[in-house]
Order: sequence, then structure tokens, then C-alpha cells
Amino acid sequence: MTSTTAPIVDAARDTVAIRSENLCRHYRMGETLIRAVDGVSIEVASGEFVALLGSSGSGKSSMLNLIAGLDRPTSGSVVVQDRDLAKLSREELAKYRLHVVGMVFQSFNLITSMTLAENVELPLRFAEVERDKRDILSRDALERVGLRARLHHRPSELSGGEQQRAALARALINRPKLLLADEPTGNLDSHTGTEIMNMLAEFNRELGMTVVMVTHERALAERYAQRMIFLADGKLVDDRPNSPVNARGQA
Amino acid sequence: MKIPDLTELALRNLRESLLRNSLTTVGISVGVASLVAMLSLGTGLQQLFSRRLEKSGLFDTIYVSSRREMRMGRAQERTGPNPAESRVLDESARAEIERLPNVSEAYPDIRFSTELQFNDKPHLSMVSALPQSAKSNDAFDGMQGSFFSSDSAPEVILQKSFAEELLGKTPPLGAPEPTVAELAQPLLGKELTMNYAQRESTAVPVKPPAAPENSPASEIAAASYSVISREQKLKIVGIADLDPESMRGPTRAKVFLPLKLAESLHVMQPTDLREIARGGNDQEVYSSISVRVKNPAEIKGVEDSIKKMGFTTFSILDASQSLQKVFKVLYAFLGIFGSLALAVASIGIVNTLVMAILERRREIGIMKAIGASDGDVKKLFFAEAGAMGVVGGVIGVGLGWAIGQVINFGTNIWLKSQSIPPEHFWAVPLWLVLFAIFFAFLVSLVSGLYPAGRAAKLDPVQALRYE
Repeated sequence: MTSTTAPIVDAARDTVAIRSENLCRHYRMGETLIRAVDGVSIEVASGEFVALLGSSGSGKSSMLNLIAGLDRPTSGSVVVQDRDLAKLSREELAKYRLHVVGMVFQSFNLITSMTLAENVELPLRFAEVERDKRDILSRDALERVGLRARLHHRPSELSGGEQQRAALARALINRPKLLLADEPTGNLDSHTGTEIMNMLAEFNRELGMTVVMVTHERALAERYAQRMIFLADGKLVDDRPNSPVNARGQA
Repeated sequence: MKIPDLTELALRNLRESLLRNSLTTVGISVGVASLVAMLSLGTGLQQLFSRRLEKSGLFDTIYVSSRREMRMGRAQERTGPNPAESRVLDESARAEIERLPNVSEAYPDIRFSTELQFNDKPHLSMVSALPQSAKSNDAFDGMQGSFFSSDSAPEVILQKSFAEELLGKTPPLGAPEPTVAELAQPLLGKELTMNYAQRESTAVPVKPPAAPENSPASEIAAASYSVISREQKLKIVGIADLDPESMRGPTRAKVFLPLKLAESLHVMQPTDLREIARGGNDQEVYSSISVRVKNPAEIKGVEDSIKKMGFTTFSILDASQSLQKVFKVLYAFLGIFGSLALAVASIGIVNTLVMAILERRREIGIMKAIGASDGDVKKLFFAEAGAMGVVGGVIGVGLGWAIGQVINFGTNIWLKSQSIPPEHFWAVPLWLVLFAIFFAFLVSLVSGLYPAGRAAKLDPVQALRYE
């Protein structure tokens, strides 16, 4: 299989950001075998804004973790930006997460003991970027999400919306090709949720980032995503294009 | 991640759980303090002993005597040439020994028992000659007056007990002894007259070939030497508090002369008779000579060279070697004892870090999700362990030093109450400071091995699922 996929990947370099083929993630929980992701084959083009939809337990988050390189497939393959993630070593996978992917989560996942500036520059520390450059980049990133004044505040001193903006700034700091969002508005009220979604749409549009967002809110997906992929019980059930109605208007 | 970043993050994380990490660090400090305290006590005691022993001149001195003097040779010495045929310890032998490498001086041991007159009253004492180098002997530390002005000056130094005798101040048993200063005041600068027997060689007669082998010694003696009674006036320049010849036991001298002066007097020595009996030449023969080496470490080689020349030697090298062995054992014992507390503290580090992993599961998951490698996470935990180790080590060294000072201070108060001069038996050398901090760092890193490995292996998906 690899001998046939490799040339295709090369040919599709400029257009295909993510390609999964018969992707499976199974794990055991006691006696039962859980098929979190069960034979999903999708292709996401560069610059696309894709929503992964499904009820809870449908496998959408597991799918996202596989694309993010946080988890490894049981079988099948997932190729992101020319990298066959199943074949990367732990070390290479960490590099991949550092440089290729930016992630935001439902619960923001900022480190509570650090200030916003420190949270945002943390990936740069892992990338061994010099301190001076780190300061400039993290300031710029926070400015971009409108948190310039909150540089030295801790996450607990901020509202949920502000925290998620900071998390966005952190996700963007290494200029990733791919932005992965796991229920990014799940903990926010509708107003701040919209604010965050507009930012995602803006990064997608202006920076040409490929965005994959996991959500269970169909309405949200319809407003922003260019494509909706539906999962149920770990299987792909629907994959359809969508015209985002609200993105441009709100931005 | 780079080292400065690691350090910064590690210190920040340590500050987050300040109480717990402080307590762990205190544990390390106490461990290091006990290690430092133990080892500095060992070092201090060793330094005290070697200082005392080196100053006594015992460790750099070889006593050389002729095999002819050996009445009852030890087994290894009996294997050498027959005592009667072995070499004579005369001036040429002395000069030869002095030319050996690493020898700083070789001087004859001149000692004799004679009568000394002070205020027209005779006193009997053992007299011994001292070279100028004896000035640094610690026996003269508390001396009143001064050392000989030159090697041939007609001067004399008295040991305290002889001074007491001269002044008739020998205290009854149990009564407080007069101080050296009290004794020195009426004695220094005064004159002492020494009566002694001078040996004068007469022309050496050719041994009659027909002389029977077992002819009486006295006949030959009479033929070779005459003994003349002489007097020598000596100025008292010093009163020594301690006993320079404490090692000599009952034959120790209480009156000391400059070496060259003593040599020029040609005092009749007990060995002379024996030499005469053997029909020695006209050169002066020494019963024994003392050889001082430049460095106590060279003593073995020098001693071997002298033995090869056909003499019997004695040094307390053996004694010093076994003493060093004792100190090594003491050291190891103190070190192990001191390390015990550090070992206990290291369990504290493991505990603290494992707790930190449980507490910071999510944080580790986040770091991995945003690109931290296993190595980054591992290094971060190592850095935290190492930082606790270094901080604990530094505090511990200070603590150990303070404990030492307190004990030293307290002991000296006690010594003073027992009228023993204060001693510094506590030493924290730089190497110990550095070693202790480094050791604490090392122990902490080892303690961090398991927690760091466990943190690095944490599955980010699992870790992030925890709320």
C-alpha cells in the first residue's frame, strides 16, 4: 500500500493537506473492543475549513487526535503535509506537533502557573528559539488576538473567551500549516463563541491555514465550515460541501 | 529545550508548590548537612593529627644506626651481613646519606648524661643536641625566650621540668604547676656550667698482629683514647613548655644544645667504648644519626637506599601508614553515616516528583500537545530534581558548616575548662563543599530518573482527558 500511496502524496503535495486511508483506532476497555475510529478515508485540501461532526462517542475527537499526532492509528494511514504519521518516531511526532500543527481545545488548556506571554511562547521554547525573538513573536501573537494588555496576567484572571484567544495565539506562534480545534466554543457563551469562530475563519482565510474543527453543533459548522464530515460509531457517514453563510459577514 | 529555559521553567514549577518543594529541599539540606558535618569532622581530625605529627618531626625523620648496634635484630635484618662486619656509622657515612636525593639533612644524635651546675648546685640530666631545623618542632611552640642564635653558640634550652628542678620549684603531685613564663623569668640569660667528659683520640697504634682475638677491650681503649674532664659555660636562652623528646621515653633529654657546639665538644659517647673494642679507626663514630627527608612521602625510598648502604633504619612510616588506613576507614564510615540522611532525602525527591506528575498530568499533556518531546518533559523533571538538589546542597553545606562551628566552639569551651589549649578539629575544605553540592545534585538526578521517565511516557491523549 505504501508503494502506491507515496507517489500520490508527492503529486498532491500542493493541494492535499490531510489524507487518511482506512484509518482505524481501536482500543480495549476491559473485555470490550472499542472502535473509536473504524476505517475512515478522507482527504482534506490545503486551505480548507472542515468541520468534523458527530454525537459524543462518534470518534470525531479520536480522529482529530490521530491527525494531530497525539495518538497513533491501530491500522491504516494518516498522511499530513507529506508525513505518514504512523511511521514517525515519537521524537519526529513531537517535532511534527511543534511545527506543523496548532491546536485549540474546548477547555483552553493554558498552563495555569504561567502568564499569557509565557503560555504563548512555550512552543518557541521547545523549538529552541532565542529569548529576544520569542518575546517579539509572543507579543505579536497576543496582539493579533487582542490581548496585548493582558501579557502578564495569568489564565485564571481572564474570561473564557480571553483564554481561548490566548490559546489561539499559542497555536499560531509556530506558524503551523494546520489548525486543529476540538470543540473550541464548547465552554463559551454564544457571543464569545462567535468571536472565536470568526478568528478561526480569519486565520483560515488570511493565513491560508487548513482548519479542522471538531464540533457537535451542526449550526456552527454550517455557518463557518466549507465542508462537513459526519462520523458515527467511528465510521464516516457523510461528507458534504457547505457554503459558510456567516463567516465573511461577521469578519 | 535549552538549559537556561529548563532551569527557568524548573524553578518556576518549584515555586508553584512552594511548601512541598521547600520541605523536600530541607530534607536534602539536612542530608547534605549531616554528610558535610561527618566528613568535615573526619577531615578536621585527620588534619589535626597530621599537623601535630608532622610538626613533631616524626614523620619525616629516619633514625639510622649501624647494624653493629643491633643486639637482637629482627628477622629480616638478620639475613643481612653479620653485624660485626657491617659498616661503621661514621662521618663519611653521614655525609653520604646526606647526599642522597630527597634528604634535607642528616645529623648525628649526640646525647649523653652529665652534670650541670647552676648556682653552684649540681644537677644530673640527659643532654641532647638539636639542629637548627628543630626550631619548627611544635615542642617549641609555647617556648619562653628564643631558639639558639646559631648552631655553635654556647647556649642551652631547658625543658620545663628541668627548669623547675633548677629553681627547686618542683610542685608536689596534684598541685598546680608553675607556668613557663614564671620559670623563664629568673632563668633566661643566666649561666649554666656543664661538666662533661671529652674524648680525645691519641695516635692510633697499629694493632699488634699477634694479639689474641679475645683480648680485653680496655687494653685497646687505653691505647686509642684519653678522656679528659672539661667544663663548658652555657647561657640559658629558652624554656620549652612541651617535651621535644616525648617519643624517647625514659631516656629523653631535658637539656638541649646546638648541634655544632655539641659536636665540637667531643663528649664521650656510650658507643665509643664498643667501637674501641672493635678496633675502629680514628674517625668519629656515631651511635645513630637522624635523617630528615624533604617530604614525608619520600621517606620509603630514602629508607630503602640507607638500608642498601648496610645500616639499620627506623621510621614511623609504618605507623603513619596504618594511621592513614584508620582514617580512611573512619572517613568511609562517617561518609556512609552522613549519606544515610541524604538517601532518605532522595526518597523524598522521588515522592515529591511522583506527586508532581500526578498533579501536573494535564500540564504534561498540554506541553506534549503543543510540541514538547519526551526528552523535553524528561529534562524538565530532571531540572526540577537537580534544582532541588543544588539548592538543598548549598543550604546543606552552610548548615553543615554552622553545625561544625557550633560543635567546635562548644568543644573548645570544654577543652578550655580542662585547661587544654583550643584545637581546630573541624575543617570544611573547598573540595568538600563542591563535592557535597555535586553529590546532592547527583543524588537528586538519580532520584529524578524514575519520575522523569514516567512523566515522559505519559500518553497525551489520556493526560488531556483528565479534568
